Amino acid sequence: MATMPASASASDLLKSFKLKTKQQELLIRVSILCLVYILAFITRLFSVLRYESMIHEFDPYFNYRTTLYLTENGFYDFWNWFDYESWYPLGRIVGGTLYPGLMVTAVLIYRILRFLRFAVHIREVCVLTAPFFASNTTLVAYFFGKEIWDSGAGLVAAILIAVCPGYISRSVAGSYDNEGVAIFALLFTFYVFVKAVNTGSLAWCLASAFGYFYMVSAWGGYVFIINLIPLYVLVLLITGRYSMRLYVAYNCMYILGMLLAMQIRFVGFQHVQSGEHMAAMGVFFLMQVFYFLDWVKHMLSDTKLFQAFLRITVTSAVAVGGIALGLGMVSGYISPWTGRFYSLLDPTYAKDHIPIIASVSEHQPTAWSSFMFDFHILLFLFPAGLYFCFKRLSDATIFIVMYGLTSMYFAGVMVRLILVATPAVCLISAIAVSATVKNLTVLLRSKNKVVQTGSTKGSGGSKSSSKALLDQSQPFQKNGAIALLFGAFYLLSRYATHCTWVTSEAYSSPSIVLAARGAHGNRVIFDDYREAYFWLRQNTPQDAKVMSWWDYGYQITAMGNRTVIVDNNTWNNTHIATVGRAMSSYEDEAIEIIRSLDVDYVLVVFGGVTGYSSDDINKFLWMVRIGGGVFPVIKEPDYLVNGEYRVDKGAAPKMLNCLMYKLCYYRFGEMMTEYGKPPGYDRARGVEIGNKDVKLEHLEEAFTTSNWIVRIYRVKPPNNRW
Amino acid sequence: MGKLWLICIASISILLPFLCNAFSPETPTDRRVLVLLDDFAIMSSHSLYFNALKSRGFDLEFKLADDPKIALQRYGQYLYDALILFCPSVERFGGSIDVAAIVNFVDSGHDLIVAADVNASDLIREVGTECGVDFDEDPSAMVIDHIGYAVSGTEGDHTLIASDDFIKSDVILGGKKIEAPILFRGIGHAVSPANSLVLKVLSASPSAYSANPKSKLSTPPPLTGSAISLVSIVQARNNARLLITGSLSMFSNRFFRSGVQKAGSQIKHEKSGNEQFLTEISKWIFHERGHLKAVNVKHHRVGETDEPALYRINDELEYAVEIYEWSGTSWEPYVANDVQLQFYMMSPYVLKTLSSDKKGLYSTSFKVPDVYGVFQFKVEHQKLGYTSLSLSKQIPVRPYRHNEYERFIPAAYPYYGAAFSMMAGFFIFSFAHLYSK
Repeated sequence: MATMPASASASDLLKSFKLKTKQQELLIRVSILCLVYILAFITRLFSVLRYESMIHEFDPYFNYRTTLYLTENGFYDFWNWFDYESWYPLGRIVGGTLYPGLMVTAVLIYRILRFLRFAVHIREVCVLTAPFFASNTTLVAYFFGKEIWDSGAGLVAAILIAVCPGYISRSVAGSYDNEGVAIFALLFTFYVFVKAVNTGSLAWCLASAFGYFYMVSAWGGYVFIINLIPLYVLVLLITGRYSMRLYVAYNCMYILGMLLAMQIRFVGFQHVQSGEHMAAMGVFFLMQVFYFLDWVKHMLSDTKLFQAFLRITVTSAVAVGGIALGLGMVSGYISPWTGRFYSLLDPTYAKDHIPIIASVSEHQPTAWSSFMFDFHILLFLFPAGLYFCFKRLSDATIFIVMYGLTSMYFAGVMVRLILVATPAVCLISAIAVSATVKNLTVLLRSKNKVVQTGSTKGSGGSKSSSKALLDQSQPFQKNGAIALLFGAFYLLSRYATHCTWVTSEAYSSPSIVLAARGAHGNRVIFDDYREAYFWLRQNTPQDAKVMSWWDYGYQITAMGNRTVIVDNNTWNNTHIATVGRAMSSYEDEAIEIIRSLDVDYVLVVFGGVTGYSSDDINKFLWMVRIGGGVFPVIKEPDYLVNGEYRVDKGAAPKMLNCLMYKLCYYRFGEMMTEYGKPPGYDRARGVEIGNKDVKLEHLEEAFTTSNWIVRIYRVKPPNNRW
Repeated sequence: MGKLWLICIASISILLPFLCNAFSPETPTDRRVLVLLDDFAIMSSHSLYFNALKSRGFDLEFKLADDPKIALQRYGQYLYDALILFCPSVERFGGSIDVAAIVNFVDSGHDLIVAADVNASDLIREVGTECGVDFDEDPSAMVIDHIGYAVSGTEGDHTLIASDDFIKSDVILGGKKIEAPILFRGIGHAVSPANSLVLKVLSASPSAYSANPKSKLSTPPPLTGSAISLVSIVQARNNARLLITGSLSMFSNRFFRSGVQKAGSQIKHEKSGNEQFLTEISKWIFHERGHLKAVNVKHHRVGETDEPALYRINDELEYAVEIYEWSGTSWEPYVANDVQLQFYMMSPYVLKTLSSDKKGLYSTSFKVPDVYGVFQFKVEHQKLGYTSLSLSKQIPVRPYRHNEYERFIPAAYPYYGAAFSMMAGFFIFSFAHLYSK
């Protein structure tokens, strides 16, 4: 307000209020940050605008259900919750098998709002948690950028991360998942740790330990932190950047962070017992050896003697460490790496050994197009930023470079890890943008400044002499700089447009309500999932057990309030394989399995009518693979014809008669789906189905939603007289 | 006027239980029986059997099988508790009755007696097939036994056979041994191998076979030996009881009264076993015997009385169930020593024989296994002739809560010691470091 030009009469008065340049800059910075904060929040509200305020996808439904339980029953009941509605009949100790950070955060926000007399429902809080934390992430990005480069880079980083699609994909309103808060926690921990390394202050170390604790409580991705930070420390040690600051920062953060992390039931003793956490412990001991050697060097004046001592100490330390690790591995005290960890290091591992990990679409290796889609120009700015970082190496820039490079690798291995790479990419790109723009503007302004004052203030000070040199050598430099600036702003505006478009078109779909374009360009909404779950809730007995493929487990328990056999928490491969086996067997074999699991209803998802392609028939080969992995009677080639997967007349006989095929295509043969096509034309696969005369013996159709997307079958009781 | 209404309503409400003295879980014996006949002559020719039923309190309603007014149910309510089909030659039932209606009648828990005979119609065969037995496909085939036939005045074609190969079950055939052989003349049937519920009560002897007695035997008969069943029963999963036989005449007065001498045997019985056999088995069919009920399933922790919503691992619990048997007039305690309880999750973790107090109460106590999950209390009591009891009750078993573990364990004392000595040492060290020169 005060900077706005005022009328002549008041100008004198205002002059006394006129801010100094520094204050002006602060004001601009704060207002930019505020706008970015708001922008980050509202750009994530597209999903509410397009659909409604609802929980998205699969895992968020579990999180929502647990949050609801937490609000209703309090923390101790939540902590000890034994959920007998999932994984029937095994049950699941929910309190001990989840990361409670998200739920506790949401409930805390809910309680605060309630305390302030805002009568909100917990669902609204859950829906808006991810956007809120995305806003907070922008603030952290600003401070992080400021810490590693300067406040300009921080501001750019904040803006870039606010709208970056790689992050938005996981944090739109309704995407109530661990990642929503975890990215905030991740970036916060890194920022505070870098701050601690830069200052060597115990207070920042403590803050980073707590940041780490929050991250551990929120997401399994904390393993990335506990491996990246030791790696970073190791690199600093090797490059001779060891300092007391680093020693204090790492030791304090590691010990406190480890102790705090052990308080999370799901993590427990993994920090001292699991192979994935051993790197951190090894580096911790290495630090002590380093410190000890430093001390000995200080005490010993003789360099030769010290060299000998160094050799002995290092060899014996490595030997002791190696023996300890070997003994731990052999005795089973230290658990080997998990499959997920292996599949990160070796992208082909899951495909060969763990079909259940490979079957998830977000665990697939990333395609180039999705890098382009999620990062847009950042993909080109990233190497430029790396160049600037290498030009001005410091402890902080080394950290961001390492974060950027490792996370980029992981992003290439798994689609979902693009999310982890996004903050690093935004920060590094911000450095590139900020440094370039600053250099260009310095060029633009330098001539006047050089003429008038001869020295520039603040930012461009050190470079002014070189600018002056360049000035003389390149006559069209100023015009070139203007052109480049316009180019940069054009690119950035393209980025903004792209991000908005991606958010509104691609990443706001809740995937539980499907939208399609009708024949006249109008929007058609398929709300079949909720229709089916509501039917289950209203029309089945309270203790009915529903068997479906594990993808729908969380949704059935959360929305249908019915017991499921398997769900998205894929902890028991055998149980999932049993369901896979039932789905891929003939009906009379399947009914034995179904009865042994006390199943009352079988639910399948079928897209043949609407052309919805992620249905159970398209997932079916994974069921066969997972089932066959445990029960060798299920063989994948039985379902294929010459290695080809088909459902039409040429399909394998076992395929045409297995339970999944029958349940999906029951009565479908009579149906006209598309004009000019024969009845029983499957629109998702574009073929006429091979077995139109499906007869069910032990199951009967109980409910089919209006667009046939969800079909529910009742298991008939055994024949009365047979 | 108002008073009159009141009296009316009161009298109806008092009379109502007596008016509706039908089959119910409380008094499971059938009351109203529909008998479908080929012609009313059977009423008199089989009167002994019918009178025996009437004297036991059954309300028999005789109708011709093709009577267009017959119906099993009206307004969704069944009019009868049991159905007797003494109409082997009927081609089409009258009224709304067809095979599906009879099957539904059985599947809703009602009882059925089917008597076929030589030249049994396709309809009756179909009813038999639905009940799990296959009559000989040759319409004129009869069971012939050249060794186990009943000796009669004229040397016949040995189609009147005397059989005494009974099922060994006191529940089905009564406690009193049937001395005299059963006279049988009719069509044989085989029990369907796919059906696990059908039982042969009276089998033919190993020398019997099923063929047309009038024609020469050119091909081996399809049914031979003791695979031929003369009388079969089915107890359906809903405990409806069915009787299928291939002889209508075995119910007749003539067979009831006639003496019997089995070929090759010296003993001549004054009276055939038919009356005793059919009376006893109709008691079983009409739930006067072998009908069990299980009530008052209770389970709770030892020392408590309320039923918990879920148990914790290693809880001690008590389980009790009361089982009674219907004697035809009242519920008597069921006494057995082989009622077993399973604590079941995919497989039985605990399998215990319940101890009985001889007054119908069965109970046991055991420790919940150290496994959490959704368990079931299962009592699967399936004994020949008795109602199959299949009780299952779901109960989740949870692990320990965080504060239910032991607070201090002896094995950890070195660690406690280490922690506290470390704290003390740190304090002393800091003190010494800070305040010494």
